Amino acid sequence: MVSTNERAGRWPARLHVVTGKGGTGKTSVAAALALGLAEGGRRTLLVEVEGRQGIAQLFELQPLPYQELRIATVPGGGEVRALAVDPEEALLEYLEMFYRLGAAGRALRKIGAIDFATTIAPGLRDVLLTGKVKESTTRARDGKRVYDAVVLDAPPTGRIGRFLNVTAETARLAKMGPIKTQSEGVASLLRSPITSVHVVTLLEEMPVQETLDAIAELHALQIPVGRIIVNGARPPLLTGGKVTKTELKRGLTAAGLPTDAGTVAGLHAEAKAHLTRRELEESLRAELTETGRPLVELPLLPQGVDRAGLDELAQCLLPVQPPRHHP
Amino acid sequence: MTRYARVVTAAPTDRPGLDLDGLLADPAVKIIVCCGSGGVGKTTTAAALGLRAAEQHGRRTVVLTIDPARRLAQSMGLTELDNTPRQVKGIDTDAGGGGELHAMMLDMKRTFDEVVQAHTTPQRAAEIFANPFYQAMSSTFSGTQEYMAMEKLGQLRATEEWDLIVVDTPPSRSALDFLDAPARLSRFLDGRMLRLLLAPARGGRSMFTLVTASFGLFSKAVQKILGAQLLTDLSGFVAALDSMFGGFRQRADETYRILQDPQTAFLLVATPERDAVREAAYFADRLVAERMPLAGLVLNRVHRSSLPSLSAEAGEAAAARLDAAGDQQVTADALRIHAGLLRQIEREVEVAATFTDAFPAVLTVAVTAQPADVHDVDGLRTIGTALTTAG
Repeated sequence: MVSTNERAGRWPARLHVVTGKGGTGKTSVAAALALGLAEGGRRTLLVEVEGRQGIAQLFELQPLPYQELRIATVPGGGEVRALAVDPEEALLEYLEMFYRLGAAGRALRKIGAIDFATTIAPGLRDVLLTGKVKESTTRARDGKRVYDAVVLDAPPTGRIGRFLNVTAETARLAKMGPIKTQSEGVASLLRSPITSVHVVTLLEEMPVQETLDAIAELHALQIPVGRIIVNGARPPLLTGGKVTKTELKRGLTAAGLPTDAGTVAGLHAEAKAHLTRRELEESLRAELTETGRPLVELPLLPQGVDRAGLDELAQCLLPVQPPRHHP
Repeated sequence: MTRYARVVTAAPTDRPGLDLDGLLADPAVKIIVCCGSGGVGKTTTAAALGLRAAEQHGRRTVVLTIDPARRLAQSMGLTELDNTPRQVKGIDTDAGGGGELHAMMLDMKRTFDEVVQAHTTPQRAAEIFANPFYQAMSSTFSGTQEYMAMEKLGQLRATEEWDLIVVDTPPSRSALDFLDAPARLSRFLDGRMLRLLLAPARGGRSMFTLVTASFGLFSKAVQKILGAQLLTDLSGFVAALDSMFGGFRQRADETYRILQDPQTAFLLVATPERDAVREAAYFADRLVAERMPLAGLVLNRVHRSSLPSLSAEAGEAAAARLDAAGDQQVTADALRIHAGLLRQIEREVEVAATFTDAFPAVLTVAVTAQPADVHDVDGLRTIGTALTTAG
């Protein structure tokens, strides 16, 4: 039996940033990773920053407040907490921390100043969001880290570079002062081995293209890329790559099923379509492998993504057996 | 292009089909807006509809795309982001006669620049362009792309050059951003906040005392946090914009009126997946609330079986029997593929029903999943046929 520490040891970072094209299931993957990393009595934090309440929807909870709440427990005493970071709240918290605004802070919100400040300068908003993520990643109480790992359900691949490249965005606006210091702190954390950015994709053309683009962009920004996570992978069927009607007719006879022309042709058409699709998937998989990043494949969950499904994905992400790299 | 699965079964949504050919042919319909969450095939749908309007219905059509996939852009001959409609070559208008297809990619920053140039002197424009806030806002402000898409739509419509404008909406975090952006941007530029920044109140009426006091605190905080230069830049920026966009709210209102007009048709685009359908439902609610004309739902990437008579259970049981017997691996696999497909269809029908149950009046058309993304005009034509014959 491999211990959980060793299993988590294969995901060595402490801040796991999960991105991917919209529709690839990055929120589910982030949640599964948070569950998997919480095994063995560990505590993880699952964070979202886009105001989508995707975590609440996934776990069928009321919308999450700007608070770290326990949303799941894991056998062995582990737990996952979740936080939906709201840029306005983060700015108020930040101002409170440095300037003790109190009631004035609430008045600022009333006149739209907070909305103003966070929309006029998207870079500022991103610094606040990533700053909060950094704070929870590094937070310690009584000399112990509060979270063993933090998993961020990050913006999609199209925006991930800009989102994580906080210093560049703020440098244009703030040449000095605490925001600059803050963004530099965030930037150095994001470029350290503590951080790992994982990209979720499907074996479809556009998500794969965006995955490759995002990896190139992150690489140029010197932000460490972790794994490519292929979601919704199909089981290997018809690996011989060929299927004939004659063969199907023989098989249908052996199985005691109808062997009329319609049945044979229908089954044949579906099998051929599967092969066409698989051929495309193989070439996309090869493109992903060429990046040199390790690939993890997660199965399509027939019952949809419920808690049992998330546990199954967690088991695929952090298997008891060492991960089998795709050839 | 080969189809992923032949159409044999009925569409998963047993609703009256949405007649897109009727919509494309209707001379009273001048604008079609495709909206939905990211990754559902919005741009492809917009392009395929534009092509069909030009080829089959003789309409002079322009497709406004936002951030299309590279190969899709190439399929329409778009190689660069130049913000001008370009005629798409290689289309076949024999059937409809006289149609034309033009396509353009939105260049958000350039559109913003054009708006600035159109409303101010060259010197003032140069000052605005040099302001770091303008640079940040024109390229990264979260509502700018949505706003500029609407701005461009207004421009295209104002030329009265087009029979039909098909718009693909930005891949917003939430589909709703697209409707909110013009109002949000105008509220921002027109708002109290901006006036406060422009003319820090000296006392003012008593009801504003707390507000103005805290605003003073706010600008002090901003100075401390971000530095005085930033506040100067910011004031310069809003002053410049204020002088220019006197009627900013009016422009936004105008956009809203265009969108509410019966000459506009909104098409929701979704795939039979939970998130996409949820987003489409939000959008449908919103369009109804805003009294905007919702034409129907396009459900992309729907799977179909060529052998609906053999149930998933029967297929799996037979595959297990063949496994036990040992020498019919190919048929066993084919039966498992069939069973998997049927289960997927079952899920898709369930997910699609969450929408159609909530919006029984919204017409739907289902488009069969294609094995590969569209790379050329032929591919778009295939999608156009699927959009108008399925369901």
